[in-house]
Amino acid sequence: MEAYLNLFVKSIFIENMIFAYFLGMCSYLAVSKTVKTAVGLGLAVIFVLAITVPINFLLDTYLLRPGALTWLSNSYAELDLSFLSFIMFIAVIASMVQLVEMVVEKFAPALYGALGIFLPLIAVNCAILGGSLFMQQKDFSGVAESAVYGLGSGIGWLLAILAIAAIREKITYSNVPAPLRGLGITFIITGLMALGFMSFMGIKL
Amino acid sequence: MKKNNANKKETPTVLFVNKEKEPLFSKKNRKLLSDPLDDNNPITVQVLGICSALAITVQLKPALVMSISVMAVMAASNVIISLLRNLIPNRIRIIVQLVVVASMVILVDQVLRAFAYDVSKELSIFIGLIITNCIVMGRLEAFALGNGVWKSFLDGIGNAAGYGFILILVAFFRELLGSGKLFGYQVIPDAIYEMGYVNNGLMLLSPMALITVGLIIWVQRYRNRTLIEKN
Repeated sequence: MEAYLNLFVKSIFIENMIFAYFLGMCSYLAVSKTVKTAVGLGLAVIFVLAITVPINFLLDTYLLRPGALTWLSNSYAELDLSFLSFIMFIAVIASMVQLVEMVVEKFAPALYGALGIFLPLIAVNCAILGGSLFMQQKDFSGVAESAVYGLGSGIGWLLAILAIAAIREKITYSNVPAPLRGLGITFIITGLMALGFMSFMGIKL
Repeated sequence: MKKNNANKKETPTVLFVNKEKEPLFSKKNRKLLSDPLDDNNPITVQVLGICSALAITVQLKPALVMSISVMAVMAASNVIISLLRNLIPNRIRIIVQLVVVASMVILVDQVLRAFAYDVSKELSIFIGLIITNCIVMGRLEAFALGNGVWKSFLDGIGNAAGYGFILILVAFFRELLGSGKLFGYQVIPDAIYEMGYVNNGLMLLSPMALITVGLIIWVQRYRNRTLIEKN
């Protein structure tokens, strides 16, 4: 249990998708103008990450890894399909996003309207594919661990976009030099926030 | 050349309306190449492809390899999607695009592993992330789906060059100020170190990449006032 908690905290703060790895920056910059839309996108990202990372973990363990197919027959022990992982992962992600979109549209039309175009956009959010690829590098021992990792990374992403959206709402009232307005100042603020998040580095859990 | 002709056969009507033949590097086509370098830069103006731009700019070499890989992927997938653009059903186009891009990225990844193993180790997951690099998807959606093959090819090359330009610029400053080297060779002479100059280790940390890009945006928009955003 403690191991799961450690992994959870680690994936939220120490290995924050945005401030440590800069994943999902494009939508982070594009959608962070108001807090409301930022929260909507953040929730969708949590959901998709928490589903796709464990699914891809199963795919990786039972299909792609070198020797993963031994459960089928011993003669496959030499087989290494890991070069297919990019295409498998992205196919899972794209189909999950499509599925989530259809389910939300059917059962929660109000939420669907609120999220709008952000739902399909998630398929090309690097944080999602990045989560799966990091999972592949980390050699998790079971599905539960990978699910915790996916959930934690998603929450970390939500926290980051929430913080920048709140700051951007406030910064419209301040006198930023004209060429820096909008994108430029957002980059610099994110840089400063990332410097702040570096204080989590070196914490061993 | 051949691709261009094939494309023109597909859309003869447009050709007759316009003019007899558009030269390969007409003014419009050259604009496709040069625009993304400044006025319509994918990173500083279109806000596409930021993720990878920030994480791999500590040194010039990986930045250069990354730019070349992105250029190869973008040119190839733009051409393929442009060829297929009339066959792809609208509802599933994102999946089709992702599959095309992912296959291209797998090719690039395997080539890098074969010929430049240590660089590919350094880039780790960021080669894979070219698949979801919004610059590729963004240009596919915005350009290749509605334009001919040759134009899409030029658009791919141009945008990848604009992306690579910023990448190399950021990497140049970070490597120079952070470790006093360029491409791994020391450029700041020992004499200056003896006078008390110290490398700025802060530049090697990833947050400084964000701040460097922010400053580049500042300089660019100062020079080019039309790009300034209104609040």
